[in-house]
Amino acid sequence: MNEYILEMVNISKEFPGVKALDNVNFKVKKGEIHALVGENGAGKSTLMKILSGVYPYGTYSGDIIFKGKIRQFNTIKDSEQAGIAIIYQELALIKQLSVCENIFLGNEINDRGVINWEKSYVETEKFLKEVRLNIKPTTLVMNLGIGQQQLVEIAKAMSKQSDLLILDEPTSALTEDEIDNLFDLLRGFKEKGITCIYISHKLDEIFKIADRITVLRDGITVATHNTADLDESKLISLMVGRKLTERFPKVRYEPGEVVLELKNWTVFDPEIPEKKVINNVSFTARKGEVLGIAGLMGAGRTELCMSIFGCYGSKVLGQLFVNGKEIKARDPGSVIKAGVSYLSEDRKGNGLVLIQSIKKNISMASLDYISKATVINENEEIRMVEKYVTKLRIKTPSIEQLVGNLSGGNQQKVVLGKWLMTDPKVLILDEPTRGIDVGAKFEIYNIINSLVESGVCIIMISSELPEILGMSDRILIMHEGEIRGELHWKEATQEKIMSYATGGK
Amino acid sequence: MNLRTSLKGSVNDSIKLNIKLNVRQYTMFVALLFIWLIFTVVTKGLFITSRNLSNLFIQMCTTGIMACGMVLVMVAGHIDLSVGSVAGTLGAIAAALMAKCGVSPILAIAITLITGLLIGTWHGFWIAYRGVPAFIVTLSSMTAFKGVTLAVTNGATIGEFSNLFKSLGQGYIPKIIPNAEFNDTSALIGIISIILFIIFDFRKRNTRKKYGFEVATIPIQILRIVFVSVAIALVSSIMVNYRGIPIAVLILIGIILIYTFITNKTTFGRHVYAIGGNKEAAKLSGINVKKTELLIYASMGLLTALAAIVFTARLNAATPGAGNLFELDAIASCIIGGTSTMGGKGTIIGAIIGALVMASIDNGMSLMNVNIMYQYMIKGLILLLAVWVDFATKKRA
Repeated sequence: MNEYILEMVNISKEFPGVKALDNVNFKVKKGEIHALVGENGAGKSTLMKILSGVYPYGTYSGDIIFKGKIRQFNTIKDSEQAGIAIIYQELALIKQLSVCENIFLGNEINDRGVINWEKSYVETEKFLKEVRLNIKPTTLVMNLGIGQQQLVEIAKAMSKQSDLLILDEPTSALTEDEIDNLFDLLRGFKEKGITCIYISHKLDEIFKIADRITVLRDGITVATHNTADLDESKLISLMVGRKLTERFPKVRYEPGEVVLELKNWTVFDPEIPEKKVINNVSFTARKGEVLGIAGLMGAGRTELCMSIFGCYGSKVLGQLFVNGKEIKARDPGSVIKAGVSYLSEDRKGNGLVLIQSIKKNISMASLDYISKATVINENEEIRMVEKYVTKLRIKTPSIEQLVGNLSGGNQQKVVLGKWLMTDPKVLILDEPTRGIDVGAKFEIYNIINSLVESGVCIIMISSELPEILGMSDRILIMHEGEIRGELHWKEATQEKIMSYATGGK
Repeated sequence: MNLRTSLKGSVNDSIKLNIKLNVRQYTMFVALLFIWLIFTVVTKGLFITSRNLSNLFIQMCTTGIMACGMVLVMVAGHIDLSVGSVAGTLGAIAAALMAKCGVSPILAIAITLITGLLIGTWHGFWIAYRGVPAFIVTLSSMTAFKGVTLAVTNGATIGEFSNLFKSLGQGYIPKIIPNAEFNDTSALIGIISIILFIIFDFRKRNTRKKYGFEVATIPIQILRIVFVSVAIALVSSIMVNYRGIPIAVLILIGIILIYTFITNKTTFGRHVYAIGGNKEAAKLSGINVKKTELLIYASMGLLTALAAIVFTARLNAATPGAGNLFELDAIASCIIGGTSTMGGKGTIIGAIIGALVMASIDNGMSLMNVNIMYQYMIKGLILLLAVWVDFATKKRA
């Protein structure tokens, strides 16, 4: 009898231009809780998407051996039937339906197309009991808390007779009590022989619950160890243990006076008004410096910046000062006028109008500067836009070219051009080099340098530790909506940042 | 010499790009001429007479005016299903004010326009500030204003207006010399338009030169001027040959010029296209999305009022059923003219070509004595086809 329930052998997966997974080996023993850890972009999600059939058989190389047989999953349904259930960070329940309807969605207990509700309810109650959830099967999911919804998801996985449960960041939205409850449940499952893969950024939880740990880094399996053989600092060095090479053309300047100050900034979730997404954050940013904001996925970095820009949160408490003047308006227009611009991480979703020309995209946020009595001076517009196209070296035959036809790097430069045209004092860059090639990255670093030189304050969010270390003068590290640490560039190391980012002291 | 050819090359490139971007409009223009050719052949030349074309232009005015507003609505990614019902109500209000309350035509027109503006603002408020989908808000008005029309008209036709009011729908520009052989004023307007176009075109060239941008070569510029001048001359001579330029057509031309200016040259116009292209990006760029949407619907209301006035004046009566299916004509005109049902794309001139297509089909089928029931069926199918073409061409792009 094989002791491994799951073996993923030599798995490789390529996306256009990137090798996401490179000969990854991942073995899970039957009945264990196995933690999968790694930085953002290490390949955890890709690996799990391959396992669950989101990326179908044939789009990757390597073998999946589950319960002793080589499997070829083409859809999520295939992997579910084999006994694999995955519970995503973003819950996939339909809020308008009841608990019972959700649990049996797609697997309704029926007789020639007519649903047998009696039996469905009885079965649902059985599963709810198993996950220790004391609610009626007819309760609507939207009336449940996030923790309870998660348990419903697990009950749904139970209903499918799953042998392998994959939990992706299950505790990111849970309270302490709910987390304890979840852990009890997982330990109970272990006794019943159900195997669990646990993905989390929170190292303390991993040490609490996992039997073994596999570390991924840059698409490679670094190591698999028994939890007992590791401690936090060893684990962190496994996660980040790459050598830093001199890829960053960073130039140091003397930072000037404070241009942006945030005091006691607290932001509440737009959907759950009582939940704090950002908790009492205060910081200052100076003229001529690059302030890096590091943190893992879900730490609240984007939410922090979107809320400064007036685009996030059901309620925002705290004060924002720009050049010593308090900005009370919470809408992008006023914040831009005050001199703060925000380059969003979602280039296509929040940054560009793909069906419009480079010209119209770049001038979009600064039409007021080039118009008189709302009439646009088109010649002035062309002159300004051409200035930025030249300055940023956007490769295009004409400024009338549609942005949708440009490469990722050039698109990013167009968004950058849009914000430079607003002549900002503070420019917030959210993942400015995501999804663009090395050459374009280097150009963007040079642009950052020249902006800093001209006295602009740059706040840069990045999930790539080398980038944060290579480009920042000062680094703030966020974890669970709070700033957990601040490091000067001279003292900053990958290990220190990762330690703060995973909730360490 | 080398420099000269390279400049010419890049201007040619930009012309090519321009053609590529507006390919839909050019194909629709060709399609329009094709439709005219077919009707001319089928009606044995009746369709192409000055008299019929003049009437066709008058008939398209209501649709054309509303289509201008509808372009903004649809480019922003919304819809207005209520324009037919609202136009019916506004026509009835204007009629009742003049025929029943004895209000002067000028005052009645002013009240009607303001009422239209308020109705549009009402829609905009619910859509922009209360987040109710435009489809529902305007569907509600579509029903509600049918009722208001019945209330205002008491279910009966209100009719017979003063000559001043009637002239807005049926009148022609008066002659300068009363006994002239043809409508001399109209001919004059045609000539003045051509001169104005030439002046504007050269002024534009000069400012571009001042900024140091490249300009089209003289032959290309002259070619363009000749082309536009011939077009203006052709259209005005058709009307001069009959009774002159109809006042309604003059109103429509005014609206076309104003809305082309708004969509191309103003910040408001840019905001509308940005919102339709990517609402999130527009919001994050500091555009006041709600205010822009409110203004879009306010403008739609105002244009609906203007269209209602022209329509009521043309019929010289307000009927309880007036305005029926105007929304179909306006929406179809936009879509045929290249306005995207997904928002973000569309031009005024395209919608006008679309309105001409719709009016030509109406007019041609009437000349052929096609039964009204078939006319409805055919127009419905044309709308379906136009939307399908929109999606099919998008997929390819």
